[in-house]
Amino acid sequence: MSTHTDDQKMLQESAASFLAEEGGIARQLRHWRDIGCKDGFGHGLWKQFADLGLTGICIPESHGGMGLGMTEAALVLEEIGRNLTPSPFLQTAVVAARAIDGTAHADRWYPGILSGEVVLALAVDEGPRHAPEQTALEARRQGNGFLLNGAKQFVVQGGSADMIVTAARTGGSPGEREGLTLFAVPKDAAGLGIDNVALVDSSKAARLTFADVTLDADAVIGEVDQGWRPLSRALNAGRAGAAAELVGVAAGASAMTVDYLKQRKQFGKFIGEFQALQHRAAHLYAEIEIARAAAFKAAELLDSGDERAQLYASVAKSKAADVASLAVREGVQMHGGIGMTDEHDIGLFMKREAVLGELFGDVYYHREQVARLSGY
Amino acid sequence: MTEIDTFRSETRAWLEANCPPEMRKPIRSEADICWGGRNWTFQSDAQARWLKVMAERGWTVPDWPREYGGGGLSPDEARVLKEEMQRIGARPPLTSFGISMLGPALLKFGTEEQKRHYLPQIARGEIRWCQGYSEPGAGSDLAGLQTKAEDKGDHWLVNGQKVWTSYADKADWIFCLVRTSMESKQGGISFLLFDMETPGVSTKPIPLISGSSPFCETFFDDVKVPKEQIVGEVNKGWNVAKYLLGHEREMIAGMGLGTSGSSVTLGSVVKPTDPLLRAEIAAFDVDALAFAAMSERFAAQWKAGEAHPASPSMMKYAGTELNKRRNELAMAAGGSDALEWDSERSTGGATARTWLRSKGNSIEGGTSEIQLGIVAKHILGLPA
Repeated sequence: MSTHTDDQKMLQESAASFLAEEGGIARQLRHWRDIGCKDGFGHGLWKQFADLGLTGICIPESHGGMGLGMTEAALVLEEIGRNLTPSPFLQTAVVAARAIDGTAHADRWYPGILSGEVVLALAVDEGPRHAPEQTALEARRQGNGFLLNGAKQFVVQGGSADMIVTAARTGGSPGEREGLTLFAVPKDAAGLGIDNVALVDSSKAARLTFADVTLDADAVIGEVDQGWRPLSRALNAGRAGAAAELVGVAAGASAMTVDYLKQRKQFGKFIGEFQALQHRAAHLYAEIEIARAAAFKAAELLDSGDERAQLYASVAKSKAADVASLAVREGVQMHGGIGMTDEHDIGLFMKREAVLGELFGDVYYHREQVARLSGY
Repeated sequence: MTEIDTFRSETRAWLEANCPPEMRKPIRSEADICWGGRNWTFQSDAQARWLKVMAERGWTVPDWPREYGGGGLSPDEARVLKEEMQRIGARPPLTSFGISMLGPALLKFGTEEQKRHYLPQIARGEIRWCQGYSEPGAGSDLAGLQTKAEDKGDHWLVNGQKVWTSYADKADWIFCLVRTSMESKQGGISFLLFDMETPGVSTKPIPLISGSSPFCETFFDDVKVPKEQIVGEVNKGWNVAKYLLGHEREMIAGMGLGTSGSSVTLGSVVKPTDPLLRAEIAAFDVDALAFAAMSERFAAQWKAGEAHPASPSMMKYAGTELNKRRNELAMAAGGSDALEWDSERSTGGATARTWLRSKGNSIEGGTSEIQLGIVAKHILGLPA
């Protein structure tokens, strides 16, 4: 299946018009940035996501969700990307929802996600580069529960989250996939330090410190020492989702740039008449189409449980980040001086791309995965 | 079981029973491809048998109507057949410009009589076609062609020269763009079909940097072509030509997937050990796998009528540039081994020859620059 079903097209159209109207740059991104909002997004809009049922896309029907999959989530994420809409959708409704799927934590948190009253986050990275196998945050058994010590960073929306899905080491050593365990860490856990940091794109990510954070045994998500599987499931959903959002960022930046090429005149003609710019714009168009195909291929394979899903999650994340990077660089360059100003929106695309490109592994991380999965 | 599942299991069983084991081995070189035609010598009994059994079912052209020698399969069935053939590594039973280029144009523009006459011959691999498009003075500016066809009452009299005619020296018939009016550039072109054995037709192969000569110069000296061998109306051949170019670009774009037609990564074949080369190959493989997803999506959208009419240009551009990059990296990975030109060890310099040949991919069928111009103008709507 490579074209979308009628239902998917309807979802895409309604998400597109909702986000263009309510999620636009002036109304959301610039507004929350300029008033110095501590969350970096608006809870009112998150509630609107919920009212439209969008927060339940990845939640099973048995829990009151839409019971759809990554393909549908990706359709929404492309529109989020196009409008640079700040929203907990990816972290909460896709990544965290996938991490707790099928566990007791789903009963606890799904209702709040469905109503738009809850925000969740995922804490994986411990250094500046994504390396989930290297997780070192220690979770030592203590009585019936666990004692957590260590640090996390780049926990997107971690400062706004009611609960943080945290990858910790209960066994093995850093570098091993065995011995990882996922924990549901409440925001008010004693010993949990949260440093809410503003990123280059005005979104927020937390640096967390764990100093003897005590958790009950029922804080474990899934099985002790078996956290790699649910973590990968969540990360791969995040990668395919971030890829789709990056495609939206690329398409948004490219559309803005092509419009500019048709309006701006120099030397008595539209700059879009110059072949040097036409060919670059056409090359970018081709690249965006390819990145979109890769993103939806990854989503499809994740939905069907295909064995190539892991490979394509990396292909999609890597390709979409490469292409979105090209789109924003060409965008700023082709806009000329105005592209360097804060007043113009094109620079905001460049900032968003930088963050999404890093999220859940950058192009270098994912090229390495593709090489390894291909046996070289 | 749904109908399509039934079709799949029947197809799988039939292929198992009928596809000769030799035809399930990867295509190693040009010599393994079956082109068919009046003068075709089969490489093996297996190649002959495979073409025969597939043609009998209409599966050399699975989605053409049955009355014209096709399989009459629905898009879904055709996809299943393709998947099942890929599953066992079955080679295409027949490759030809009749299938990939002329056939689709005849299906759209041909008269009923033309369809019934020409299409079954193409489907059975009896006639090998070549394409008479480019001329010495008309490359990227194809519509500037000068080969002339004069109306002599009961026949056309053709005079002129074509160049880059693929396999003209091996082809039985030619589909050829000719000028039938000087009044208008694009509006003075007609689309003729004629036998390469007609008196006055001669060909001369052009040796390429790759050492092979797949292209020819083709000369027409007072060639008489029967009046009815025109496709579409007189002076309306440019529409046929453009439609056919879309199919040609689609076919050339497929080269981005490598000669195996699958999405096998380059790294898994060449096993790079140098860390910097490995990194470049990994970056390439990401692009190649992404393009494989694009090809699938494009095929589905094209069949569903959802693709932009100019999108084959995008596919052609991306696919050929990718194939050139694949070959550059294959040469780098091969080191000095890849420089050998005719040794047995190097299978006759296959890596180097394929590398050199790939340079033509972004020239033939409209250069990359022409494709980018089409995308800029027709898809992005940039001013001319």
